[in-house]
Amino acid sequence: MANVNAGHHDHHPDQEELRTFAFWIYLMTDVILFATLFATYIVLQGSTDGGPGPKDLFQMNGIYASTFILLTSSFTSGLAILAMNKGNRLALMNWLAVTIFLGASFLFLEINEFMHLVSEGATISTSAFLTAFYTLVGTHGLHVTLGIGWMIIVIMQIAKRGITPVTKRKVNIISLFWHFLDIVWIFVFTIVYVMGVN
Amino acid sequence: MWESVKEFASEFFVTGDPLIYGADVSIVLSMIAIVSVLTYFKKWGWLWREWLTTVDHKKIGIMYILASVLMLFRGGVDALLMRAQLVMPEMQFLSGDHYNQIFTTHGVIMILFMAMPLMFGLFNVIVPLQLGARDVAFPFLNALSFWLFFSGAMLFNLSFVIGGSPDAGWLAYPPYSELAFNPGPGQDFYIWGIQISGIGSLMTGINFIVTILKVRAPGLTLMKMPMFSWSVLSSCIAIVFAFPILTVTLALLFIDRYLGGHFFTLDGGGNPMMYINLIWMWGHPEVYIIVLPAFGIFSEIVATFSRKKLFGYKSMVFAMIIISVLSFLVWAHHFFTMGSGADVNAFFAVTTMLIAIPTGVKVFNWLFTMFRGKITFETPMLWTVGIIPNFVIGGMTGVLLSVAPADFQYHNSYFLVAHFHQVIIAGVVFGFFAGLYYWWPKIFGFMLNERIGRWAFWLWNIGFYLCFMPQYALGLMGMTRRLYTYGWDKGWFEMNLVSTIGAVIMGAAFLVQIWDIAHSIKHMKKDTTGDPWNARTLEWSIPSPAPFYNFAVMPQVTSQDDWHERKLRIEQGLEKPAKVELEPIHMPKNSGIPIVMSMFWFFVGFGLIFDWLWMAVPGFIGVLACMVAHSFNYDTDYYITVEEIKRTEAEAGRVIT
Repeated sequence: MANVNAGHHDHHPDQEELRTFAFWIYLMTDVILFATLFATYIVLQGSTDGGPGPKDLFQMNGIYASTFILLTSSFTSGLAILAMNKGNRLALMNWLAVTIFLGASFLFLEINEFMHLVSEGATISTSAFLTAFYTLVGTHGLHVTLGIGWMIIVIMQIAKRGITPVTKRKVNIISLFWHFLDIVWIFVFTIVYVMGVN
Repeated sequence: MWESVKEFASEFFVTGDPLIYGADVSIVLSMIAIVSVLTYFKKWGWLWREWLTTVDHKKIGIMYILASVLMLFRGGVDALLMRAQLVMPEMQFLSGDHYNQIFTTHGVIMILFMAMPLMFGLFNVIVPLQLGARDVAFPFLNALSFWLFFSGAMLFNLSFVIGGSPDAGWLAYPPYSELAFNPGPGQDFYIWGIQISGIGSLMTGINFIVTILKVRAPGLTLMKMPMFSWSVLSSCIAIVFAFPILTVTLALLFIDRYLGGHFFTLDGGGNPMMYINLIWMWGHPEVYIIVLPAFGIFSEIVATFSRKKLFGYKSMVFAMIIISVLSFLVWAHHFFTMGSGADVNAFFAVTTMLIAIPTGVKVFNWLFTMFRGKITFETPMLWTVGIIPNFVIGGMTGVLLSVAPADFQYHNSYFLVAHFHQVIIAGVVFGFFAGLYYWWPKIFGFMLNERIGRWAFWLWNIGFYLCFMPQYALGLMGMTRRLYTYGWDKGWFEMNLVSTIGAVIMGAAFLVQIWDIAHSIKHMKKDTTGDPWNARTLEWSIPSPAPFYNFAVMPQVTSQDDWHERKLRIEQGLEKPAKVELEPIHMPKNSGIPIVMSMFWFFVGFGLIFDWLWMAVPGFIGVLACMVAHSFNYDTDYYITVEEIKRTEAEAGRVIT
């Protein structure tokens, strides 16, 4: 009963390739999930029930900052992949750590924004618009949170096992996920914030 | 102290109804019976090792099928209670509230906890065997899917005795399903029961897409693949695109109920009609998700028992893919009366009618497969032939319903009730029965009694027609669905009486099937050939039941219906059984994580239903801990030695040299 993760042998398809393929399909399901949330947001955008609307609430400076931070983190996760492909384990771990730091900064800004909104009396139960807003942006934030936790776990495994076919696949997948969150954020930024205040 | 315990219990448990007290007693008694039998025979270890932690697709499939039969019983009892209430005017058997709960749980259980797991059971048991694969692409994920379904189903069923059942219909339309009108925990049981099992279904969809696209025997190209596998692929594609919408929709409803959101409320700018759009964007594909595999099953059976190649293989493949795409473009036909305007209604009416074309193609393909075939009528074929007229009637009444202006007459009437039962019972459930009878020997290794099987077939069909044909007429006479009582002046009595008699006959048919299984276990007639029907596809080329590694040697596929062609070549002396070189087989290890993780999900759901964060938060931490534990586990596979393969094959009566 030896451990057999080396990825050679019989007619068995390569497990790591299968997992990467399955992850692409998972990402498609996540696309549908966000598409549904965007659709509900667009439907309910104007339903402020006499309460504050996008123009009254959003402070774009903080949003520009967090957008810049998240886009940069996508870039650093790409640098992590480059380091991995060169076989540089330390650089890989460092770039992942930088990505985590940037992701955490993004979250910090987002939580700050939410707290600010709540302190102004704009809570999730104020109006349909705000329910949809918190749900859409919050779901993205939840994904970022999970992504950060996941990246920490991957770093621990690289520290323990080095760059193997399995850890390599794990890094590739988390970086796919991270780029995906970045793309979703571009839509959030455009549809919720930019189109909201204009 | 005692007073507060009593007060808590009277709210926590459902009280006051003798039917439910009876259920309480039978639940407790059967739990005690199960626990004592397992303890007496010292079977706990066996249960844990062989079943609860298994990642073997065949055992997972059997557990799915077993669970779905239990759910069929529960949903069937609900149906009989409803028919008893409607048997004559002004019945006093059930109150209106109780009736609402029963039709809600009947619908949810039959679609999500009976049809879905029965379908997944057949996917699991058959698809890897048809593909010549050792297992599904992700055996661990597969086990997790099953246990998530199971905890979701248990959570949903618990509402019957704890907290109270949901009563807002099987799709829980707001505003009635919102907190303002429905403050009890029933609706939250609905949300979490479906949510948890829905995540499992989504993962099954991904798992089988990857399995079918990537894990096939050498030479088995997509256009040589058996039709059942094609139907599973098209169904899984629909799952992957539809189920995320369900996840979101239920989450939004929960946000409304738990956090005071306003997605679908009447106040705060909410939009209840948006829920109805969203739920049907999932709900309509859902009915195609369950019916497509039934089409695949008919295609397999028709070819086997007509001793002919399936007619129009390519058109069948295209028809399935077209159906799974079109199924996403018809959702608004469920609410033509909402008032979206003539243009929107016209679009959805036309797309709905279009679906009749590929479906018609399939029916003709089955008929042409039978044309000039040497047909024999064993039970699987009997079901298949019986289904064709059923499905044609169901399909044509569907086309009638799709005519938007006419739909204003049919909408929410018993005509609709009869229509969807005709496609879902006589299409889906009968189709899965056909599949069960067909693959039974492959799954369990013994034959079912044909004579009792024919009794079950005729009882089900006669019961079905008696039950639902009058309902078409009742609908046209003005009887609306979800009506719990009616007056003598309506003139609906006779037809309702006939309908109830039909339902009772179907109940009897179910018992005959259980008797069939018991009888066949007692008079065990083992399938020693591995190919009792002289069938055509790869799953029949190995012993019954399949050994745990499925194929001792990887089959080399050269044509469609490869097993049939190979038998012909051997018969003509063109192919000698080749000398084969056995190799160690790579297998996944069992894991306890899926069942433990699903148990934590159960706690998350239960905690959120009762707003007990002390239960939900640790439950969620448990879920995360299971994920991390699995991620850190690199010791997930092992090899079976050549000696063990030889020994297993010899026990199945096959000598490999």
